[in-house]
Amino acid sequence: MNKTWVTPGGVHPPENKHQSVTQGIGQLPIPEKLVIPLSQHIGAAAIPCVEVGQAVLKGQVIAKPAGVVSIPMHAPTSGTISAIEHRPIAHSSGMLAPCIEITSDAADTWIDHEGISDYEHISPAKLLEMVANAGISGMGGAGFPSAVKLNPGRQRPIDTLIINATECEPYITADDSAIRERAAEIVEGIKILSAILDHPHNIMIGIEDNKPEAIEALAPHVEGTGISVVVFPTKYPSGGEKQLIYILTGKELPSGKLPADIGMVCINIGTTYAIKRAIIDGEPLVSRVTTVTGDAVGIQRNYDTLIGTPVSHLLAHSEYDEQAGGRVVMGGPMMGFTLPSAEVPIVKTTNCILAPSYAEIPDDEPAQPCIRCGMCAEACPASLLPQQLFWYAQAEDHERLEAHNLFDCIECGACSYVCPSNIPLVQYYRAAKGEIRHAREEKVKADHARERFEFHKQRIEQAEREKEEKRAARREAALKAKANPPAAKSETKSEAKPSSSAADIIAAAQARAAAKQASPEDQQAKLERTIAAAEQRLKVAEEKLAEAIESNSDKQAVLSAAVENTRQKLEQSKTKLAELQA
Amino acid sequence: MAFKQVTSPHAHSAQSTAKVMQLVLWATVPGLLVLTWQFGWGSLINVVLATVTAVICEAIIVKMRGRSVAFYLSDYSAVVTAVLLGLSLPPLAPWWIVVVGSVFSIIVAKQLYGGLGYNPFNPAMVGYVVLLISFPIQMTTWVAPLALLPAGVTHPGFAESLQIVFAGFSPVDGVTGATPLDVFKHSSGLLVDQVYDREPLFNQAMFAGAGWEWVNLAFLLGGLILLSNRIFTWHGPIGMLAALALMSVIFYDSGSSTSPGTALMHLFSGASMFGAFFILTDPVSSAVSNRGRLIYGALIGVLVYIIRAWGNYPDAVAFAVLIANFAAPFIDNYTLPRTYGHTDRRRATEKEEG
Repeated sequence: MNKTWVTPGGVHPPENKHQSVTQGIGQLPIPEKLVIPLSQHIGAAAIPCVEVGQAVLKGQVIAKPAGVVSIPMHAPTSGTISAIEHRPIAHSSGMLAPCIEITSDAADTWIDHEGISDYEHISPAKLLEMVANAGISGMGGAGFPSAVKLNPGRQRPIDTLIINATECEPYITADDSAIRERAAEIVEGIKILSAILDHPHNIMIGIEDNKPEAIEALAPHVEGTGISVVVFPTKYPSGGEKQLIYILTGKELPSGKLPADIGMVCINIGTTYAIKRAIIDGEPLVSRVTTVTGDAVGIQRNYDTLIGTPVSHLLAHSEYDEQAGGRVVMGGPMMGFTLPSAEVPIVKTTNCILAPSYAEIPDDEPAQPCIRCGMCAEACPASLLPQQLFWYAQAEDHERLEAHNLFDCIECGACSYVCPSNIPLVQYYRAAKGEIRHAREEKVKADHARERFEFHKQRIEQAEREKEEKRAARREAALKAKANPPAAKSETKSEAKPSSSAADIIAAAQARAAAKQASPEDQQAKLERTIAAAEQRLKVAEEKLAEAIESNSDKQAVLSAAVENTRQKLEQSKTKLAELQA
Repeated sequence: MAFKQVTSPHAHSAQSTAKVMQLVLWATVPGLLVLTWQFGWGSLINVVLATVTAVICEAIIVKMRGRSVAFYLSDYSAVVTAVLLGLSLPPLAPWWIVVVGSVFSIIVAKQLYGGLGYNPFNPAMVGYVVLLISFPIQMTTWVAPLALLPAGVTHPGFAESLQIVFAGFSPVDGVTGATPLDVFKHSSGLLVDQVYDREPLFNQAMFAGAGWEWVNLAFLLGGLILLSNRIFTWHGPIGMLAALALMSVIFYDSGSSTSPGTALMHLFSGASMFGAFFILTDPVSSAVSNRGRLIYGALIGVLVYIIRAWGNYPDAVAFAVLIANFAAPFIDNYTLPRTYGHTDRRRATEKEEG
């Protein structure tokens, strides 16, 4: 029995999980049209490599990764590419984003694919490549490309692998039902992860005690594998990465650090299944388990859903009653976000579609004044003071917000959940974080501008000074000349000099230009060197960006600008090289 | 299909500010019942009169501020302030005492500062202190507890009480009397044991003053109800009671004639329990973090003792709370909890580098 630690705060909202596990994981008919967003993950959007009208097979790559922190996209079923355009996607801002639409041919024909069974004898690098090629990103939360996460580098050896099966949000049972039905494959996936990470000596599956069936299902498969199933009391938000690390190890992830920095990797349990399918079966990530629940749907259960399935398709097959509820949430009732429309597709991170009735989740009451009762502080899992953050967010007092560690807020919503005055606290924190990030970027820009301006001023001043000195010298020379009437010799010299110096200058300029016009071979070699250096720089920059994104660092914007910049320079050099070779 | 756009979290607990306030009101019921049992109808009349006045004042000001009267009255905060003020005023005080106190609490101490959530001082205690300073005679005339009434004398009946309060009738001789804290303040010639022997207020009592010990026990019960419902945490009340007990143990002076009294007497007399569980737990005007509230409570405990023992007033909860209200923002600056992932606590006044 593993020891567990208790996190501060937390809440116990009604679990509402039983409704969706009365039946096993179901299968829906293939939708007529599927919409695959090019950005379903953290990092750069994939680049389409198909054309409208092209026929594709299930599992065929339809978009290629753009850089290190990116993943490819695969056709979730066979059919024809019917559009590549902007569509509404599952994003809290309700924005449009580039998507590929596939019109299904209903045959669901797989592309030729082949897995490997003896992954123990394959190098971790090769396994990582397979994970990357299968388009796997974290399926629990933010959707970070798994291959990047599983490659922390030699300087950060991993001794603890944590599999997150907490599923602490109410209503969601996607992981629960996947474990019940696919425990063997999940454990196989964990073994593959272990091989990739050079066998960390501590492998734990963290799971809440409200999933006894799943715990029981895992037991026979982990026996003798060294993988321990660690059960702890149900409390929201135990499934947050930082919280789970503390619950299982008693260690806190230092602020601004990644789990890999303290020798840990955290992977969602749904992702382990996808990794097993990718390695053993050679199947890319084209479907996932999604819970459809809430009293506004007649049938509440889990479905093995193709990525790209429109939410409307799921709702239509779940007897959704439009009159019963006003909002449809992607994710759970604590951190999920409302969908702008039912045309939004299921993506790799969609664990739940929640269509609550008005009785379950009534419309929000107007907020009352904060009386600083402190219930939010009691509920905060990060030991923040939400009431003070709210106060300073209203006052836009950025210094105080940072001193109160605003950026350690994980936006779990526990504070808003308990707030007796119905204040949308998390909303204030998100807005304040955005403002502060914006202010930082502005400051960086302003600093640059100031530096440039100061340099410019200095340069002008220097030029002025030099001119002044020259003028002074000329004046002095003129005075001297007046004082001593010029001899004939000096006169001829002064006449000859300007003409000869002008000729000299032209000759020198021609020589310099000639030098610049080096032989094509030299130029090519030079460009190749430039390209190699730029590629190296781009790689480093991308890695830094990946780290920043994973740790949700505030340097993201600056780093992504740097990556973009380097990439452009690289492109320029490559174009030049191509011109030269042409 | 277009759906409603709402930010997370979508689920909310059933708790509401109105429910919190209502629970506080229910928790005062044991104290009000015991006050009525021990001191007659006066406290009940105070509470009703204060509530009516406070609700009218709140409604007028909210209306003047152009807000929804029904929405702001439905949070019950004005009622809570009024009930707390009514409970702390002397029973059978003239009606205008109650009205002036309530008007001052609601209009000046609360609404002029911006209404619920924005008042830096505890409104009920502001009202109380204004009255105490302005009308010391009316504010220090207490009714004698049941056990101390002379033979044949009873507390005035309900109708008679109304006449005393509203028509200025004088109560029968012997109905008014000193409080345990008064007695100790004015018993400088006697050892503590002698006071306990001779003073009926103590020799008729179990441990801390006839009638008053019951009142304090009743408010303790109410406080425990709130504590078990997690309306507040233990830090403030325990901070105050522990500091008060510690001070009275340290300065007990082995029961000499200058001793300010025993720890039990201090804990169960005057407004000690009422203050600990109903006054300093007002979250708006107190410190915010648990550690901050512990310090805030302890500060009040120390101040209560200092004023009781060496000041001019027999009881001191109102003054101590108001002084601590001043200190609350300062305490907040230095009592931030340690956030997950940080090795140290930070100060609220810390500035980012660069």
